[in-house]
Amino acid sequence: MFRNQYDTDVTTWSPAGRLFQVEYAMEAVKQGSAAIGLRSKTHIVLGCVNKANSELSSHQKKIFKVDDHIGVAIAGLTADGRVLSRYMRNECINYSFTYESPLPVGRLVVQLADKAQVCTQRSWKRPYGVGLLVAGLDESGAHLYYNCPSGNYFEYQAFAIGSRSQAAKTYLERRFESFTDASRDDLVKDALMAIRETLQGETLKSSVCTIAVVGVGEPFHILDQATVQQMIDAFEIVGEQEGPAAAGQEASAEPEPEQGGAAAGEGVAPMDI
Amino acid sequence: MTKQQANWSPYDNNGGSCVAIAGADYCVIAADTRMSTGYNILTREYSKICKLADKCVMASSGFQADVKALQKQLAARHLIYQHQHNKQMSCPAMAQLLSNTLYYKRFFPYYSFNVLGGLDNEGKGCVFTYDAVGSYEKVGYSSQGSGSTLITPFLDNQLKSPSPLLLPAQDAVTPLGEAEAIDLIKTVFASASERDIYTGDKIEIVVVNADGIRREYMELRKD
Repeated sequence: MFRNQYDTDVTTWSPAGRLFQVEYAMEAVKQGSAAIGLRSKTHIVLGCVNKANSELSSHQKKIFKVDDHIGVAIAGLTADGRVLSRYMRNECINYSFTYESPLPVGRLVVQLADKAQVCTQRSWKRPYGVGLLVAGLDESGAHLYYNCPSGNYFEYQAFAIGSRSQAAKTYLERRFESFTDASRDDLVKDALMAIRETLQGETLKSSVCTIAVVGVGEPFHILDQATVQQMIDAFEIVGEQEGPAAAGQEASAEPEPEQGGAAAGEGVAPMDI
Repeated sequence: MTKQQANWSPYDNNGGSCVAIAGADYCVIAADTRMSTGYNILTREYSKICKLADKCVMASSGFQADVKALQKQLAARHLIYQHQHNKQMSCPAMAQLLSNTLYYKRFFPYYSFNVLGGLDNEGKGCVFTYDAVGSYEKVGYSSQGSGSTLITPFLDNQLKSPSPLLLPAQDAVTPLGEAEAIDLIKTVFASASERDIYTGDKIEIVVVNADGIRREYMELRKD
């Protein structure tokens, strides 16, 4: 995509029928650090890569709880993502207040999409520069949606956005047929494997990624670092350079017997396929 | 020319009494479960107690429709607080929020007489008592509702420290244990339901302490 005379305003069409400002906003999503989502019939897992600006700073928050049954992972301009999360939280609270029941996910993503569309048709606004992976559970089951800056939204079985997301998408495309009936722990394992793909050789540690789960009987919550590191160790997902530091640094509690049993029992795909 | 009178009131009084007592490391909040209108009983099993946060419980008597609206409002605000601060609201913080929420409707008040009870940030019991428009105070014990005029003097007798002007000088009140506080509550409601027609049926007693929140019930006179 190169600069041209039709890309200054979001309200200017190009002769080929494109809105360049909207497309540039989608580029901003591709520049953000990776976020992935995958779902089974009963659970949805969101994961993201924690990229810090420098060694001195902390990483930005990319996964937000919206309500007990909905969470969102973002990629792109995190400030825009934060603002949209606040909007989503407000909508959920207001719906709950009026109807005494949780806001169906499908309704929320449409409201989000309409909000994004407004910014593509006002000369004094700019499109939101953030892509959102919305994970939610409602009466019709588990859902994973992707909302773009263009105002479009799509439902997915699994998806990845952000930089180096293609590697994760390739992994997910290979494995997605097994997700519908996968157990919660297997789903988290697949999420960690997908994140590992985006790291391109860097060691997978719990400090590098964030994982969140929502499912039947399990309100949306972000897993704490110790639990994630335990799962990484239990499933033996480590990068190529396995230093003794990576394995020994986390002071993990006794490994849970269920996780060890599941890993041994299932026909787990070997990492170096 | 006489002033025009309203032919309809937006308010009703559903009766009932609420009590809360604060201890060194616990708080007991209790209310009866009778909901009435005029001389009739609407139901014998209505809860006037609402958990607002992990360590914060509110009991309200008055117009239950307004009470329900107030509880929903506070619950929604608490959710926003949790999203922004990543933690539960403390009891003193909720106390201030309740006061502000009530005063917000200073010119069309919530007909709700509240007692807020729970543990503060240090784990000590605290009770806050309110009027309908948000004036509040931290106290050691309180009672609101139709039976409060019968209950408060008794609690004063049992729990209030003796005046320094009394002669001979008396000891300060000894700290009340959790079981003694619950016993006191039961006694106080049993007495109130003897003379207050709007108090009776059952007491719901909620105890907040370091272990969490637990609930007890006790039968009262049904007449």
